[in-house]
Amino acid sequence: MNNIIVYCETNGNSVAEVSLELLTKARNLAVQLKVKVEGILVGNDLKGLENQLFAHGANVVHKAEDPRLEFYQTLPHAGIVCEIMKKEQPQIGLFGATPVGRDLAPRVASVLKSGLTADCTSLEIGDHYEKKTDTTYKNLLYQIRPAFGGNIVATIINPETRPQLATVREGVMKREELTTLVKGKVKSWKVEDIVGKDKFVVEIIERHVEDKKVNIKGSQIIVAGGYGVGSKENFGILYQLADVLGGEVGGTRAAVDAGFIEHDRQIGQTGVTVRPKLYIACGISGQIQHRAGMMESSMIISINTDSKAPINSIADYVITGDFAEVVPKLIRYYRKNSK
Amino acid sequence: MKPLKIIVLAKQVPDTRNVGKDAMKADGTVNRAALEAIFNPEDLNALEQALRMKERVPGSTVSLLTMGPGRAADVIREGLYRGADGGILLTDRKFAGSDTLATSYAISMAVKKMEYDIIIAGRQAIDGDTAQVGPQVAEKLQIPQVTYVEEIEKVDKGYLTIRRRLDNGVEHVKTPFPALLTVHSSASDCRPRIARNVMKYKHARTLTELQDTTEDYTKMFHDRPYLKIREMGVEEIGADVEALGLSGSPTKVKKIESVVFKAKEAKVVQSEDKDIEKLIVELIENHTIG
Repeated sequence: MNNIIVYCETNGNSVAEVSLELLTKARNLAVQLKVKVEGILVGNDLKGLENQLFAHGANVVHKAEDPRLEFYQTLPHAGIVCEIMKKEQPQIGLFGATPVGRDLAPRVASVLKSGLTADCTSLEIGDHYEKKTDTTYKNLLYQIRPAFGGNIVATIINPETRPQLATVREGVMKREELTTLVKGKVKSWKVEDIVGKDKFVVEIIERHVEDKKVNIKGSQIIVAGGYGVGSKENFGILYQLADVLGGEVGGTRAAVDAGFIEHDRQIGQTGVTVRPKLYIACGISGQIQHRAGMMESSMIISINTDSKAPINSIADYVITGDFAEVVPKLIRYYRKNSK
Repeated sequence: MKPLKIIVLAKQVPDTRNVGKDAMKADGTVNRAALEAIFNPEDLNALEQALRMKERVPGSTVSLLTMGPGRAADVIREGLYRGADGGILLTDRKFAGSDTLATSYAISMAVKKMEYDIIIAGRQAIDGDTAQVGPQVAEKLQIPQVTYVEEIEKVDKGYLTIRRRLDNGVEHVKTPFPALLTVHSSASDCRPRIARNVMKYKHARTLTELQDTTEDYTKMFHDRPYLKIREMGVEEIGADVEALGLSGSPTKVKKIESVVFKAKEAKVVQSEDKDIEKLIVELIENHTIG
């Protein structure tokens, strides 16, 4: 009762990265609330996966296995998760903001008539005073998320309803294993007792894994490289930074023409125009044709050995230096300081 | 095959994509004047899928349902111009302040007053990006949902075959209908307006809009009843007022911080470790990253 439950997504033989990040975060919140962390695993033949959950801080793992649940399906999963939440009465329920989590969580919230906040980037515990009713709510979950196309950051609370539900973006929280493994408890749930045949009406015919479509236009954070990056291999570190920050990689025409990066990532007059929240320009001099495609970015950071590069005139921050030295530092200090 | 009754859920949203540094006022509030009101982009993708189903199954109809203030009737007109057959504006002051749970309750109550085989909507709206209303409407109607739809590949008697676009690939599913679908931005773009439809529907108005105009539409509406856009409020849909607006919304906004970047001289940062760390901490604190 009153614990924190994390819905853990699986992909094949492992637990999704975002779920392990959420368990790590839940552990931290649980300490503040003096409660325990529970994980939910739904699938087929989940042998051993609970150990990954224990290693990341789950004290209890709820397991529901059935051959029909090899892949995620809305209705049976929602039925199982709702049943577990109704019986266990957690105060907080967390999901990854993935296609699965974003399909499942709203359905669960609608059944439980609970508040749900989508795509959180930070979670904290805090109090709330409601003036109208002169009521103080202790230890609420602050669900912090960008809104309005990234132009505002909102803190959302659910004062009255439980569980307080949230989905959380992948990669924004740190994943940490416990240093000493504590073996938790497994609780098995019988799928056929919870969901009837009528919940298996949507049939998965075929699935195949494909590379992600490049979507730099829709990305809030872009790490871009120019001819100054020097080679295709050197772009690797830019991909690492983009990965860590949850962004995409783009390039100038010169970098594309030189074969450092694919054409569909070209930014500028002859490529795509982008307006991200943050644009990190690495080794880009900033010819007008390139600037035209990115100058409306909300914030621009320029990393260049040339302190007089034209791009610096529209940058908010100028780091004079070699990107090959600066970018790894950005990665390192982001990892160190992000929650 | 029996003609399909298709409802498209559409929302009018401020265009949060096309904003530069003037999106926010100096005091940190949203500068709505700088933001155009548009048809939510993924709802247009949904409309296109609806129109294609209509073409495949002769006799089918596409109706739009939108919830919002009076000016949201623009969304219905836009849909009519592109090939929809009708629309309903769900509007009432009592809806104000509704979060996704209260909104989906209102929409589901309105849908219950309509006939439908398939309900289709955009995956999410660009002002909130929650992607919650679709699945919550489906739950309230007790029908299956298919989210992240890229294409409806086949329409058979009682079944749809659908391709979904996921983060790392695609999935083909077969769902019985009635069902609710939400369409991803990777789906086909919506067809443009059809000149004939623009001529036909340019005078389409809600009753409220008619009351606000000085022109006399009485005769025109009598001759061409299809110009009347129906409005529904709390009473028409038979909703419980307590489950709407602020009282029906479990989530509350505690605090809003704007992400304001004033035009300023570029700050020069040294490439030393301590300076880079300071920059990163600053970016995390002002929510640019993390």
